[in-house]
Amino acid sequence: MSSIYLDHNATTALDPRVLETMLPWIQRQSGNPTSRHVFGRSSRDAIEHARTQVAEACGAYASQVIFTASGTEANNFAVKGIAGSQSGSQILHSAIEHPCVSRPAKAMQQTGWLSDAIGVNEHGVLSVAQLQQQLQKQTSIVSVMLANNETGVIQNIAEIAEITRKAGAFMHTDAVQGLGKVPVSFTDLNVHAMTVSSHKIHGPQGAAALILDKRVDIQPLLHGGGQERGLRSGTENVAAIVGFGAACELAVANLAHFASHTQMLRNTFELGLKSLNVTIFSQQVTRIPNTSFFALDGIEGETLVTALDRKGFAVASGSACSSDSTEPSHVLLAMGIKPDLARGAVRVSFGAHNTLLQVTDFLTALKNEILRLKQLTGVAA
Amino acid sequence: MSASIEMQVLKGSGDDLHPIYLDYSATTPVDPRVAAKMIPYITEHFGNPASRSHPYGWTAEKAVENAREEVAKLVGADPREIVWTSGATESNNLAIKGAANFYSAKGKHIITVTTEHKAVIDTVRELERQGFEATYLDPEPSGLLDLEKFKAAIRPDTVLASVMFVNNEIGVIQDITAIGNICRENGVIFHVDAAQATGKVHIDLEKLPVDLMSFSAHKTYGPKGVGALYVRRKPRIRIEAQMHGGGHERGMRSGTLATHQIVGMGEAFRIAREEMDEENVRIRRLRDKLLHGLQDIEEVYVNGDLEQRVPHNLNISFNYVEGESLIMAVKGIAVSSGSACTSASLEPSYVLRALGRSDELAHSSIRFSIGRFTTDADVDYTISLMKGKIDKLRELSPLWEMFKDGVDLSKVEWAAH
Repeated sequence: MSSIYLDHNATTALDPRVLETMLPWIQRQSGNPTSRHVFGRSSRDAIEHARTQVAEACGAYASQVIFTASGTEANNFAVKGIAGSQSGSQILHSAIEHPCVSRPAKAMQQTGWLSDAIGVNEHGVLSVAQLQQQLQKQTSIVSVMLANNETGVIQNIAEIAEITRKAGAFMHTDAVQGLGKVPVSFTDLNVHAMTVSSHKIHGPQGAAALILDKRVDIQPLLHGGGQERGLRSGTENVAAIVGFGAACELAVANLAHFASHTQMLRNTFELGLKSLNVTIFSQQVTRIPNTSFFALDGIEGETLVTALDRKGFAVASGSACSSDSTEPSHVLLAMGIKPDLARGAVRVSFGAHNTLLQVTDFLTALKNEILRLKQLTGVAA
Repeated sequence: MSASIEMQVLKGSGDDLHPIYLDYSATTPVDPRVAAKMIPYITEHFGNPASRSHPYGWTAEKAVENAREEVAKLVGADPREIVWTSGATESNNLAIKGAANFYSAKGKHIITVTTEHKAVIDTVRELERQGFEATYLDPEPSGLLDLEKFKAAIRPDTVLASVMFVNNEIGVIQDITAIGNICRENGVIFHVDAAQATGKVHIDLEKLPVDLMSFSAHKTYGPKGVGALYVRRKPRIRIEAQMHGGGHERGMRSGTLATHQIVGMGEAFRIAREEMDEENVRIRRLRDKLLHGLQDIEEVYVNGDLEQRVPHNLNISFNYVEGESLIMAVKGIAVSSGSACTSASLEPSYVLRALGRSDELAHSSIRFSIGRFTTDADVDYTISLMKGKIDKLRELSPLWEMFKDGVDLSKVEWAAH
């Protein structure tokens, strides 16, 4: 495929070094990690090694890492599992969470739970005042994402966690978009639970983890053979877990380079956007370095994304999992952006392998497409 | 990058570090053809199948849909009836909790069998905690379910029954058609855990009266970490999603799909469809050879019905041998005592207990499971290893001595310590 990939927040290409660690577990006989013979024991050892790698990348202890099959599963597990182990009260989450946090919270309403979304300001930063007010009601769990997948905005999780702890609630953060892009430390953030995922950091799809403070009671989402200390049943995906571990190690090693390189690409890109009369979202606040989210009034984001794809550039109009819906981004709506402008949103997310040349090529293509689409709509009007 | 895709099945030599693999029911190696098909989808075609705006996503989506067709074809289903999951455990959880919750207004009673996999039993137990009632039926000593007992267990408020197709420990095949018909007559939703059945028995969901069926890839030479749930469309069965989020899989199961794993499952199921008939003849011959070899040993008992059974499985109890020493003694072969999921515990297999086996016989059982890469030489080696080791262990066993002296051990009154 010759197109240039600028959609790293959706998923990333597997690092060849990660693949090397995985191949033996796909090609050679790998035992069921629960089996006691040598095939099973070597699978078990590989999983435990990966657990250490994930823990180190996340500033956590290996014993705090619970492997799951996806970030979605880890988020569902955190919300439903932690809430489920307590008597019914309130679940709070930010208004800009990924649906795999907000929807399980909503599903808990069926069993008598309250759930509510905490608003954000026009830059996409969580309203701490609103959180404090909402915490006056008895609350079981607060879930706020570390970095938003669309805008890239980073929340002050340590501060939010402190407020949450004072109110006697548990704090969960979805750090899927943070790991590998900014330093992430479970211990420093002082949260009770944190989600991280493999395929966003050049690891394989099919592995993720919930990092969990062992003092927190949690109900399993999946019942069965009792793997992962009884908290997540199901035969472990050895190859993907091994790859996840390797990807974590590389992500931490490459972090400084990733941050400075993608920040340089983004700065160049956003400088180039200036002449195009676009709105860049959340530019004034701290963002992960690789993400730029912008919109043009009068041009549908979906149309622009499709046009850019024909020119060989893979970008997104929002998060991947909702990219087949035409609803404007819930993140932008929460920021008070008008639906018409929100429909024009396009997300560019850079990776370590993107080059400055690709950025300038992309800018040229973007300018041409915008001009062309404007003429088309002009004719139509 | 060019990745070597050569299969390196660890060809066991039979020594303690390189045992011969006879644990195909715990997990199978990935078939080299499956691995070859998967690897391009972890390297160049790495898109998120939910990305609709660029070819990276489309290529991934197309591969996912092709795989869905292959899975559907093996089991006589419509591709639209196949929902991807992370494995059979998730499929079982989704089917049982999903259907029980969706139809709970109809009734809150569930029927299952004591020899089911933990992923079914523990899920039903969880529903009991949530206010459902459950009946756990014991099978007959053959491992098979008595249809009359099943029928008698159905109550007006029975909403769901879950019975596995092929048992993981003893390999017996339940009469799914008959059980399904009883469910149909009584308006009970019928779930079948078929994790151990694919590629071993013919499954035709067009004819089978089954509403929900769980599948796993890694028991059929596919990769670990992927499975599927069949959800019948006609008549339509509804389930409540257990994982919420981006609304993947028509809302039934959210979460980014692991494309390469799904591709692997599709290829594994294609191979199973095309080769199972021939393969099963070969495996049956090896199993029978193993059985005849082991039957030369005195006081051995086959667990579970031998006729209604997949050819891959042989579960045998060696009387008057202590279970733990037995496992330690036969390190030249990789086998399991009881199911892999519980093999970390030293408790006797609950499946064998449910058949009415004594603790002693359950403890001294070995599950041999044969597969695609098992050879005649592997079987020959296993027979001679078992004969030698059993002889040796029995030489040391006072119970064996007493048995040989004609003492009826069941009548011995042991002194309490």
